[in-house]
Order: sequence, then structure tokens, then C-alpha cells
Amino acid sequence: MKVMNIIEAVNDALHLEMERNDKVVVFGEDVGGFGGVFRATKGLTDRFGEPRCFNTPIVEQGIIGFAMGLAMNGFKPCPEIQFADYIFPAYDQIVNEVAKSRFRSGNSFTAGMVIRTPYGGGIHGGCYHSQSPEAQFLHTPGIKVVIPSDPYEAKGLLLASLRTDDPILFLEPKRIYRASKCEVPLDDYEIPLGQAQVAREGKDLTLIGWGAQHHQNLEAAKKAEAMGIDVEVLNLRTLNPLDIDTIIASIKKTGKCVVSQEAPKTMGFAAEISALIMEKAFLHLEAPVFRCCGFDTPFANAHEHEYMPDSPRVIKAIKDTYDY
Amino acid sequence: MKFEIETISYLNEDGEIRDGYQKTISDDLLLQAYKIMLQTKRIDERMVTLQRQSIVTFAMPSRGEEASTVVSAAALKPQDWHFYQYREQGAIFMKGFTIQEYCDHMLLNVDDTAKGRQMSNHFGKKELNAVTVSSTLATQIPQAAGCAYAQKLRGEDAVTMCYFAEGAASEGDFHAGLNMAAVTKAPVIFYCRNNHYAISTPSKDQFAGDGIAPRGIGYGMKTYRIDAMDAFAIYDTVQEAREYCAAGNGPVLIEAMAYRIGPHSTADDPSAYRTDDEVAKWEKLCPIERVKKYLIKNNLWSEEQDLEFYNALIEEIEESIAIAKAKPKPGIDSMFNEVYSDIPWNLQEQYDFLKEFTKEESH
Repeated sequence: MKVMNIIEAVNDALHLEMERNDKVVVFGEDVGGFGGVFRATKGLTDRFGEPRCFNTPIVEQGIIGFAMGLAMNGFKPCPEIQFADYIFPAYDQIVNEVAKSRFRSGNSFTAGMVIRTPYGGGIHGGCYHSQSPEAQFLHTPGIKVVIPSDPYEAKGLLLASLRTDDPILFLEPKRIYRASKCEVPLDDYEIPLGQAQVAREGKDLTLIGWGAQHHQNLEAAKKAEAMGIDVEVLNLRTLNPLDIDTIIASIKKTGKCVVSQEAPKTMGFAAEISALIMEKAFLHLEAPVFRCCGFDTPFANAHEHEYMPDSPRVIKAIKDTYDY
Repeated sequence: MKFEIETISYLNEDGEIRDGYQKTISDDLLLQAYKIMLQTKRIDERMVTLQRQSIVTFAMPSRGEEASTVVSAAALKPQDWHFYQYREQGAIFMKGFTIQEYCDHMLLNVDDTAKGRQMSNHFGKKELNAVTVSSTLATQIPQAAGCAYAQKLRGEDAVTMCYFAEGAASEGDFHAGLNMAAVTKAPVIFYCRNNHYAISTPSKDQFAGDGIAPRGIGYGMKTYRIDAMDAFAIYDTVQEAREYCAAGNGPVLIEAMAYRIGPHSTADDPSAYRTDDEVAKWEKLCPIERVKKYLIKNNLWSEEQDLEFYNALIEEIEESIAIAKAKPKPGIDSMFNEVYSDIPWNLQEQYDFLKEFTKEESH
């Protein structure tokens, strides 16, 4: 065991998997010798050589298309998109190509890869270094979406993702890249995809979140306890496939639910979770499912603090739902 | 349009070769390629008819580009990979896709390699290293670069052939793919079929420069422009490009000049944007006729053999169409499986619903 932050845990997982599987190839903008702008790929070029960890031109659709060609021809690419805000030039490659490759070729040409990219606000990044685009990809059949919330999850989920024969969008919460620290096993381990974590048990209300927001949710749950509200906190870890069983079991226990996400409220993944709860546990609900989200605006740098659905807003959502 | 970069050409429309030219393609391979060109032309004609009869929903004939696709593929090896745009049925036939496999795909039956999930003319086959077509334009270009990089990492004697047309070269993915291949020195041949039209848009509305070839030079790669109605120019150039790539020198761009004599697809009406005279001028340059004339002049083939071959070909095609028609369409399960490597709960739920719903409906 070693105390690591998320960057170190990602780096550790990449070292471990590149050692174990010589088909893993890592590339992206500034990813080579420099080790990436967040240093997640530090040391990989030195250790495994430039053919397996290298810089690319600044061309996101080129990076993802190139990864798909490698994947179809037997390799396991792990491309990095420097910021999730810059993934959109590659949107066509991801949505129309990578996600549909297995299906449209009759299972002949598959595109198993892990696209790593830092996402989310809270670092004074303004419009273009703050977005949480998970919903845009969750609306595309064929791609799995994984979001760790701490170093232990980052390593275990990344190793599991690199061993899954599907394209995976691996969104890393950059707000807590270094702030989140915990003990991480130095050995090989996997956290299975599609399993949510019950991070805190409670009986009064279910609070659902993922990534950096999960920490705001934990803090809010702790403060709610002082107000006499016993909150159960679910950390999804994988958004697709979604662990619906854990969600519904919790709703049946508590009857009340808040879903909290950093992304804009309208058409966000919180809306999908809310609809699923209604379909599958309507008679257990004692209050409408409440969404505590980012606003439906682009990300204003000067008002980042007001934009973020941080713990004070989550506490209000808990209280309003509890008192409904 | 006048092109400044030289166009390589050896065989003229009368089947005569330029002075001093020594043919490199073997007589056997030339004859085989000729037969596949005839096959491509005949199947294209039949698919258009079948579309008019509502037996096939969509077809994309390749008249005028039969040499461009078939002979370029003939210059490659079986271990090489192909990425297509869509009008390259000639290339996949040359690679070994059978008439039956093509008919099964075009009719989208249970034996379609794409399991009826795509439009027709989206062929592909894993065992041939022939990547399944997708409708999205130019996306295959950066993918071909990545596939070729995989060949380079393994140190194989193999290259990747990437087909696309001049219209697709306007897409961002063209530039992305060429640049990625150039900096990684991936062994890929970018084969641009310049057929003068992107649906109705003539190339003068597509680009203002000297065609596509200068872009290869701009990305730092070896570049050729060839007369793609000339089987010998195609064969020699692709073979030279293959050797260059396989030797570790990086990618090559070939601009293959031909003409799309037929419509873009069965949904297109070219009379709305070009004259019959223009088309007739190009029909005289027929790439198949040139080879036939050469073969006959050099006593490698005769009119009698030609007729005999063609009649047998027609029979085989009709038989394959009849077999393809008799096969059922893929089962409903093919809609839900192979979206992922596994079937997640939501897809299972929807599949179960559909099975139940279809049962109720049929009562």
C-alpha cells in the first residue's frame, strides 16, 4: 500500500498494464517524454520506449481514428485527450466509428480502447477547461463510460477498463487530481465495471453522484446528519453500464432521492437516473426525485463558485427533498 | 481542369503501350484482374437493376473506376489491409470476396458479413483484412494510419491501403490521417480516387489547387499522380508505393485520376448536373477495354474466350443472386447483440420487450 493521488494512481495503472500487456499503446498531445500536461503518463516513454508512448500532432479526430485502427489490428490503445472540452473534434470518430465498429461489422472489427480525459470544473478553467460532457457520450450505444472518484478507484477501474474489449470513455476528475489521496495497493487489482459503491449507508434519503461531485455529496451527507437526516450516498463509478440494482435497492429503503451532477441540469445523466427510478420504484417514492446540478449555462469563470453544485447546494436539495 | 503535377500513364485507350515501357504485371495476374474488372462491371449493372425492382435497397456502381480499384488491389499482398470509402467493390473482389458473399451482403440476408445492420454496399471481411465500410466520409483515413502503425510495431511485411475519393479529401479527417501517418512513419498508401464528382459537386467546387496530390507533398510524403484508367500505371505505381512503405519509409499518397461514369448511387440522377457528351468522352477511355485490347493484341486472350468467360460469369452471378434471395434476413437478436462485448441489462430488457411485443402483435 502507498498513499497516492489520482494522477499517481493512473500512472501506476498504466505502468502496470503496459508491463503486463505489450499491446497497450499510449499517446496524445504532450503525452510522450514530457508525460502529459497533468503528468499522468510520466515515465512511460522512458520505460517502454517511444513506439509505445508518444506525442501526437494536435488533432483529436486523428488521435481517436488512429487508436481505432490500432484496436482493429490487435492492439489496445489508451489515447489521452488533453481536456474533455477538446474531445469534440473527435466526436464523429467516437460516436460514429469507435462506438459502432463492433456492431456494424458483424463483430468482425472491434475497437476496444480506453480514452482517458480530464473533465470538470473547479480549477478556474472558464468555458473550455471545465465541462462535464458525459451525457453526450452516454446517449451513444456502444461506448462505456467510467468515472473514478479517488485514487483507489482510478487504478482499479483503469485496469479493469484496459482489460475490457469495448471502447471506454474514462473521465478523470481533474479538480481532485492531486487533492484526493488515499492508500492504493501496489499490486494488480480490478474494480469491476458496472458496480456502484454504497459509500455511506443511510435510511432517510439516497444521494447519487459520481467523480468529483461524489466528494461534495459525502460532505453534504455528513452535515445532513447533524440536522437529523440519515443519507445513503451512492458513488456510481460506472455510468454505462449503470448499476441499476444498487440504485433501486437503495430507493426502496429510503423512498427519497437526490441526484447530483456537475454538468448542466437539462438532459444530463441525472435526468435519466430520475426517469429510471420513476419507472422501477414509483410506488416506493415519497417525494419527487430532486436534481442538484450545474446550471444550463456555459461555464462562467468569474462565477465558478456560484455555478458548482457544491455541498451547500446539495444540503439544500437534501433538506427540500426530505421535507417534501 | 489542368493539372500541374505529372500524370503517369503507360497504356492508351487503343491498348497500346508507351514507347520503351516494360510491363511489370505478369500475364496471369493481368488476365485475372481483367476478369475481376468484368465481374465488377456486370455485378454493378445487376445491382442497379435489382434496386429498380426493389430487391436491393441501394447500390453504388463503380463504372469507369474498375481498373482503379481492381488493379490497385492486385498490386498488394494478402496480408495487407484495405480500408474503403464505399465504391471499391472491385478491390474487395480482387482481395477474395466472393460473388456469393457480395450478393448476400447486398441483399442484407442472414449471411451478410455486416449482419444486415448497414446499408448495402458496406462490405468487409475480417479474414481478408478488408475493413467493413461505414457511410461516414474520410473517417477511415486516420484509422488506416493507426492500422498501419500496428503493422509497423509488429515489424510485419504488410502495409495498409486506404481508399477514398477527392470529395472526402476536403474533410478534416483527411488532413488528420495524413499528418498522423507522416509523423509516425506508418506504412500506409493513401489512394485517392479522383473521379471528378462528389455526388453532384464537380472538383472545381471542391478545391482550388492542383488536385489532391500537392497535399501529400505538404505533409512530407512521397506522392504520385496516375492515370487510373490505365491498368499498367496503377499496378506499377501501387507496387512501387508498397515496396517503399514496407521498407519503413513512411506513407505514400497516390492521386488516381479517373471518372465516375455512373451515378453516385441508385438515389442519384447525374443528368441534373452533367451532359451526356461529357460522359461519352470518358466512356471512350474505358479502363476495361484498354486491357482487353492489349490482351488480344498480345495473344493472351481472344474474343471467343471473352464471350465464353462472360456467359459463365453471367450465370454465376444470377445463381448467386437467386441463392441470396432465398436466404432469410438476420434474426431480431442481431439488433441487440454485439453492441458491446456483453449484453447489458437495459438492452436485455428492451430485447425481451420486443420479443413479447412481436408475439402479441402477431396474435
